[in-house]
Amino acid sequence: MKSQNLVLKIFLGLYLAIFFSYLLGPLIIMGVTAFNSPGFPRAAPWECLTFEWFEVLSNDKRIMTGLKNSLIVGSGTVILSVVLGLAGALMLTQIYPKLRATFYTIVIAPILIPGVVLGISTLVFWDRLNIMLGLSGDSFLHNGIFLTILGQSTFIASYCMLVFLARLQRFDMGLTEAALDLGATNVQAFRKVLVPFLMPAIASAAVLAFLASFENYNTTTFTFGKYPTLTIELAQKVRYGINPSISALAFTIVVLTIFAAVTHEVTQRRKQLALASGATVSAIRGDGFLLPGFLRSNPAAIVLLVLSVGAVATVGFASTYSPDSCKVVVREQKRALQQKQIEKIKQQRLQQQRDKATKGPDIFGADKSKVAPQSGFATKSPGVGAFGNVFAPTNLDKTQPKPESKTESPGKGAFGNVFAPTNLNETGPKKP
Amino acid sequence: MSRGVGVSLQDVWIKFGDFVAVREANVDIQGGAFFSFLGPSGCGKTTILRSVSGFLDPSQGKIIIGGNDMAGIGPNKRPTALIFQNLALFPLMKVWENIAFSLEVKGVGTAARRKRADELLDMIALTGQGDKLPSELSGGQKQRVAIARALCAEPDVLLLDEPLSALDLKLRQHMRTELREIQQRVGITFIYITHDQSEALTMSDHVAVMKAGVIDQISDGQTIYDDPSTPFVASFVGENNVFRGKVKSIDGDKALISTNRSGDLLSRIPLSAKGTLGVGDDAMMFIRPEALSIAKDDAAANNHVTALVLNEEFEGQTFNVFLEGDGGKEMKMSLVNQGKARESAKGSSLTLEYAPDQAIVLPAGELASE
Ligand SMILES: Nc1ncnc2c1ncn2[C@@H]1O[C@H](COP(=O)(O)OP(=O)(O)OP(=O)(O)O)[C@@H](O)[C@H]1O
Ligand SMILES: [Mg+2]
Repeated sequence: MKSQNLVLKIFLGLYLAIFFSYLLGPLIIMGVTAFNSPGFPRAAPWECLTFEWFEVLSNDKRIMTGLKNSLIVGSGTVILSVVLGLAGALMLTQIYPKLRATFYTIVIAPILIPGVVLGISTLVFWDRLNIMLGLSGDSFLHNGIFLTILGQSTFIASYCMLVFLARLQRFDMGLTEAALDLGATNVQAFRKVLVPFLMPAIASAAVLAFLASFENYNTTTFTFGKYPTLTIELAQKVRYGINPSISALAFTIVVLTIFAAVTHEVTQRRKQLALASGATVSAIRGDGFLLPGFLRSNPAAIVLLVLSVGAVATVGFASTYSPDSCKVVVREQKRALQQKQIEKIKQQRLQQQRDKATKGPDIFGADKSKVAPQSGFATKSPGVGAFGNVFAPTNLDKTQPKPESKTESPGKGAFGNVFAPTNLNETGPKKP
Repeated sequence: MSRGVGVSLQDVWIKFGDFVAVREANVDIQGGAFFSFLGPSGCGKTTILRSVSGFLDPSQGKIIIGGNDMAGIGPNKRPTALIFQNLALFPLMKVWENIAFSLEVKGVGTAARRKRADELLDMIALTGQGDKLPSELSGGQKQRVAIARALCAEPDVLLLDEPLSALDLKLRQHMRTELREIQQRVGITFIYITHDQSEALTMSDHVAVMKAGVIDQISDGQTIYDDPSTPFVASFVGENNVFRGKVKSIDGDKALISTNRSGDLLSRIPLSAKGTLGVGDDAMMFIRPEALSIAKDDAAANNHVTALVLNEEFEGQTFNVFLEGDGGKEMKMSLVNQGKARESAKGSSLTLEYAPDQAIVLPAGELASE
């Protein structure tokens, strides 16, 4: 029995480990790349601890405007979606029951329609309208922010409506009647009775709407016009080549998310605690000598505290720490390594020439064992010459990094080394 | 004394689609009266109350409060306050905020509201509990808060929809007297709904008995009990032994009924049945359990019934005797407990008698289902 239990436990532990590494592994790796100094995001080999990518990030105008646009679009979407969603949910709970099913289908449809279609239709519709009204190409109806908010809200409002519906189903319509009976106007009954009841749902709908808007790409890609959002900028960046400042951005977002989630958890627990024993909580809080009350029974609060301290410490450390010396060391090491490799290859060439010299100027080469794979490869990729030997078979040889990489890589200047052959060592050539 | 205003329903019909929930209701309620609607579940009591408070419009007919036709006037403009069947206290507001809600919507300042709420809390004996949430109160306390909240609106007519149904017996009895006291103190019109007949009889000046959307009888409690106008009222209000039969002869306000199983019995014809009952008609005769007693002699007479004692039940002030008459007819007799040990008569055959004045006969009709 006991050993069986142990086996079970081990399997369970293994399963959990795999599950969580699947879930969190990519995020952790990405987080690490944000602090590693190489110009292409990678976690290994570890070179130097650096915070420069955060600086690069904050100096990246496009990312920053993208972020700003995302925030504007997000806020607009939150307002529009929450209002529309609430209106829809109220309609659904109070409308003539025979129409309810039809109305529900219509309102819920945008969730089922692909975002791409919503984006295109938004663009086409407002463009047509714009033309019909005889407005110019840069009128308000063509404004990227306006279109993006409208496009995203078409389906985000439906999400919000579902949130409100769930809450409204638990609302006792008798309460509204009671308010009316006591002399409240319809507006007062809505404001003083229904809205307070819906407050938690409004908060979750707003968060949901903001997150959905922030991460949206499909719809936005058609509507952004002159105001690319963060996701659009990121997608474009990936196309032109990325550096770890993207990881830095992602890391920041992840940390903010965790921070918000934990804060939420803490306040939630405090509320529960207060509900469970109203008097004792206030007593605990009044006590100045003990640990603050909410910390004692609340692991989430401790996590929050640790996170905050960690953040402050990191910022403090980053402002004093400079990775320059480390970088110099790494550069030296690299140069030495390259030097060695160049030497090695030179010697190889020399060796080859010497071999040829001894065996005569036979074009077809007596050394067939060496030539065969070379010519085979050459026939398959006729462009070899143009790419400055990047695809020379030797490049595929893991044990022989080639010296040309630093000097001849054609993409290096324009594309920030992304396609430098060293980066491709593991996967082989991809570019064509 | 009476601050309350009168309410009258004139030929009110209320329909939900094809379903008629209230049929031809004609009610006149005097200002300052305590008026009850009594009827079994689903008979349309709440529906009537909702039409008086303005949540639904009658399909036909008029509702008049204080001389004004209420057609087209919303619930927030009517001088009524409704205490809901489920109370409907605002769960997110404190008790005092609940009570003072009607002032809040009028724009009264916090201090004045709090003051008024505290006065009402004193009145309902919940002093100092104003800062609790409704969920932190007991059922009876919630009840009282709901009453205070309605009274705070200073309505001319207070409508109460089975406000005591959720309470246990003791608290219910206590709240009954309390409600009656409140009503007498503030002097406004109370319209009270209940399916508990003793509640209706003890508290009300007048009672309307309803059956499936139809008001069968409107009267003071004693008339309802002693002179029910339909078999339904006779069987719904209080207990009654029913004898079915045909009218054999009529002599002034007395009729001889030839019952199906218990021979010929003499009975009084109540006012409501006078003129409508003819010789040979199908009739129902009712004798209250407490109107029956053990006969002094066993001679056959037109106010004697013979029956076999099946069971006896002691109920404090009364003995209930369950009997089986001829042909398996079930009967109940209640005897006043005189404090003496009584010999059990279980299994023996008894002759019962009654005063013909205390039996009534009505044209046959529908009975309240048990
Ligand atoms: N909104 C409605 N739509 C359709 N039918 C309704 C509606 N409200 C009530 N009814 C019907 O009208 C009838 C009377 O209902 P009502 O609520 O007035 O009963 P009640 O006498 O208050 O019963 P209870 O003692 O159980 O509260 C019932 O048969 C009910 O099904
Ligand atoms: Mg009811």
